[in-house]
Amino acid sequence: MSASRYDAIIVGGGHNGLVTAAYLASARKKVLVLEKRHVLGGAAVTEEINPGFKYSVCSYVVSLLRPEIIRDLELPKHGLQILPLESTFTPLPNGDYLARWGDHDQTRREIYRHSPRDADAYDDFGKLMYQLAVAVKPILAMVPPDPTSMSPKDLMGFLRLGKHFRGLGHEQFHALHKLMTMSSADYLDEWFETEALKATMSSSGIIGTFLGPRSPGTAYVLLHHYMGEIDGAMRAWGFVKGGTGSVSESIASAAREHGAEILTEAGVAQVAVKNGKATGVVLDDGREYTASVVVSGLDPKRTFLDLVDANSLPDDFVRDIERFKIRGSSGKVNLSLSELPNFTSKPGVGPLHKGAVSISPSIDYLERAYDEAKYGDFSSRPYMDIIMPSMIDAGMAPPGKHVMSIFVQYAPSDLRGGWDETKREAFGDAVVDTLAQYAPNLPEAILHRQVLTPWDIDRDMGLTDGNIFHGELSLHQLFCMRPTVGHADYTTPVRGYYQAGSGTHPGGGVTGASGRLAALKILKEAL
Amino acid sequence: MLRTTPFHSRIAPLNLAQNWRRWSGYLAASAYEFHHNREYWAIRNSAAMIDVSPLYKYGIEGPDAERLLDRVVTRDVTKCELHQVFYTPWCDDDGKVMDDGTLTRLADDSFRLTSAEPNLRWLQDNALGMNVGIRDISDDLAALALQGPNARRILHDAADGAADDLRFFRLTKGEIGGVPVEITRTGYTGDLGYEIWTDPANAEALWDGLMEAGDKHRILPAGMLALDVARVEAGLILISVDYVPAHQAVIEGRKSSPFELGLGWTVKLGGNWFVGRDALIAEKERGPEWEFRGLDVSWDSLEALYGEVGLPPQLPSEGWRTSVPVYSGNTQVGYATSGCWSPLLKKYIALAHIQSQYAGIGTNLRVEVTVEHYRKKAAARVVETQFFNPERKRSNPSVADEVPA
Ligand SMILES: Cc1cc2nc3c(=O)[nH]c(=O)nc-3n(C[C@H](O)[C@H](O)[C@H](O)COP(=O)(O)OP(=O)(O)OC[C@H]3O[C@@H](n4cnc5c(N)ncnc54)[C@H](O)[C@@H]3O)c2cc1C
Repeated sequence: MSASRYDAIIVGGGHNGLVTAAYLASARKKVLVLEKRHVLGGAAVTEEINPGFKYSVCSYVVSLLRPEIIRDLELPKHGLQILPLESTFTPLPNGDYLARWGDHDQTRREIYRHSPRDADAYDDFGKLMYQLAVAVKPILAMVPPDPTSMSPKDLMGFLRLGKHFRGLGHEQFHALHKLMTMSSADYLDEWFETEALKATMSSSGIIGTFLGPRSPGTAYVLLHHYMGEIDGAMRAWGFVKGGTGSVSESIASAAREHGAEILTEAGVAQVAVKNGKATGVVLDDGREYTASVVVSGLDPKRTFLDLVDANSLPDDFVRDIERFKIRGSSGKVNLSLSELPNFTSKPGVGPLHKGAVSISPSIDYLERAYDEAKYGDFSSRPYMDIIMPSMIDAGMAPPGKHVMSIFVQYAPSDLRGGWDETKREAFGDAVVDTLAQYAPNLPEAILHRQVLTPWDIDRDMGLTDGNIFHGELSLHQLFCMRPTVGHADYTTPVRGYYQAGSGTHPGGGVTGASGRLAALKILKEAL
Repeated sequence: MLRTTPFHSRIAPLNLAQNWRRWSGYLAASAYEFHHNREYWAIRNSAAMIDVSPLYKYGIEGPDAERLLDRVVTRDVTKCELHQVFYTPWCDDDGKVMDDGTLTRLADDSFRLTSAEPNLRWLQDNALGMNVGIRDISDDLAALALQGPNARRILHDAADGAADDLRFFRLTKGEIGGVPVEITRTGYTGDLGYEIWTDPANAEALWDGLMEAGDKHRILPAGMLALDVARVEAGLILISVDYVPAHQAVIEGRKSSPFELGLGWTVKLGGNWFVGRDALIAEKERGPEWEFRGLDVSWDSLEALYGEVGLPPQLPSEGWRTSVPVYSGNTQVGYATSGCWSPLLKKYIALAHIQSQYAGIGTNLRVEVTVEHYRKKAAARVVETQFFNPERKRSNPSVADEVPA
């Protein structure tokens, strides 16, 4: 087997690596995927850790999975179904709540209850953000040009971009500028007065970052949320039937149908480089495979600092990668439940259980949660984004039972004194205690609990420092700077070695965009 | 006031949106929720319950029942086994489709025929001199469609396993909610699904029994808007939308033969004589003028057209039922009659009548789209009509082995 030669070896069977594999295989290339874990998917994985209860261990909703990938790879045929998640319910400490429903009029009435002014602003805000998202979106679909390059291709790329932005109206250009520079709290303050509304909206600006709602630059990430809205009518976002792992499974199935070989429990120790060119890989267990092209679906730190001998890389490049910010700030708690949470502010089982529940009562609350993390502690009263997958897809839990997915911030990767099992469980307790304030029946209903801190996400899932996006989505790490200037086009300083993970443009989340753009690049210039 | 179905007392309080339409003189739910989205997903992901009582139903009984039906429909009814269901169209003398429906053999000499339009007179006229009774039983039977991947498990619980091994297009009998029912493995969604038939007096008990058993399997009542999307994905034709019933067509050009509707597989020219057979033999020899096809509208093309006015593609979230021109280059070569955005496939799809020489699978055509008030042409590829055809529709795993959906 080790004698066989491949056109391409993909290191890491995360969803991006699998997308690259499927595109290359469908172009009739001989492809091998090597995944370290026993399951595919990386952070897009479903595991039955408690028998009968399925957890989307890490990523729990897909927001921007590229529709062209769904079509190109015929993922529905391979089992992919994205189900709608329509509401967001924010319970409040004072016994009230704020809800945003799938129906516009219902949402408007609800916001009106809190502030008639905000109800009007909500529509205007939505329109502006939509316009901006439309303007920015094409960037997500292009290979970033290199600003230091004078090649006609790169210059043309910037020219196109420039033209694109000149096409924006005055008001929109202004707003875009503000988005790029302001904090989400300040930006939202210009529009709204309801604390819970501002806080819940701003939360999409802090997810996955080591920033608080009052940190400049977070406003821009709000926009990413609206990118999903553009496709919203086309519904490329929501909950994936069978859990997020079904995204990876369906992509893997498409890749296999096109002839790709996929091995699990095949951790790669090193990428073999000869005369400045990648020639293959060596596995942890000593197996070797050769290929014309090696693609890493891992984060930039692992891709360059772990897999490649530092001597094969230019010094300044290594320094760039070392400086690449990848602090982890999020944790995840997955619960098996004997019954659904009963929220004091809206008792009983209702439509709210089929949507998201957000613990984000005010901007102060979120900022306080961040403050603790800033100085090395996990938040004692964290921000949480919760869904109950078994309410959307009955197959996620045994009949009558439920699973709950809780995304939590903040849990700093460099916790003071370091993470250990005791601190992990203390973090889990903080999450459950906080939730119990809104749904007192919760602690008693817990049948099983899985807690993941950045420490676990790094060790078990292979995401350096547990950063959920393979590197922070801050402005200085986006587009032609992701992960470094000069190699934002999926190439690396090593010939024949490519990168396809979330640490490349357009970045994190279950989008498959990096994997696809990398495959197109490789097909164009290397295979 | 329109008539209400036997399930009305149950569906009316559930219809939050008060979104109703008429169906054969009955009040039918268009959507229960404010948007039909979740109802659509129930069909594809869990299970949906659709009140299909407004269908026309005929009981055909007597020594000549088989002979009559074999004479009327295009399929070979002598091959229809006991408790088997046939989907079939029927034609006028010129071989043009008048209606389509399902035909079930309940006993050697007893059948039930469902249809979209009234057919009593047509059946009676064809029965001249035969020893057969034809009864309009439309009001004597309440019908519910239970459709979706969890349908088998729900029936397993609700009907005490009576339908566990029921094969595609077969009938069985059982009890649900304490009342006797007939269950056929049929439907209009292209998914795993059943239709359940009972006396109108039992309708509420049936509804309650299914809802109770279905609760933990995320059952949801669904209306016509959700069904419309599902049936386009499944490539199933709709009368008076995708074709005009021959006897209602005021001009010849409006009529279609089974071959022209993608129903060639239902035309059994080898068996006994049936109404329209001679015309259909001749047409088969010539080759049909039209084909009924799927159109897969290119997303890139839509993006480019909408991009010209600075918008992302704006597609209707509901299925549409209008006639839309289809072109080869700039020459019109057909027309689409239904279409929708497929939330599952992430594709904009349509069902279309295409002149045969342009209807080869894979042919690149263009379909009209209105972009900000202006008529444009988007690229579209000719494909088979079944855009979505999951294995579960026909397969028969045992309930125990079935992967939970
Ligand atoms: C807790 C959490 C919650 C999240 N929530 C969401 C969400 O709700 N929505 C969303 O869109 N995004 C979410 N994300 C982000 C999203 O999941 C990731 O951005 C995305 O899944 C990354 O995909 P990838 O393919 O680029 O990399 P990964 O998924 O990290 O894949 C890399 C793969 O490489 C494997 N690997 C590592 N080292 C080796 C080696 N030496 N040899 C072989 N294989 C190796 C790993 O096991 C892994 O399978 C979340 C992430 C986390 C951690």
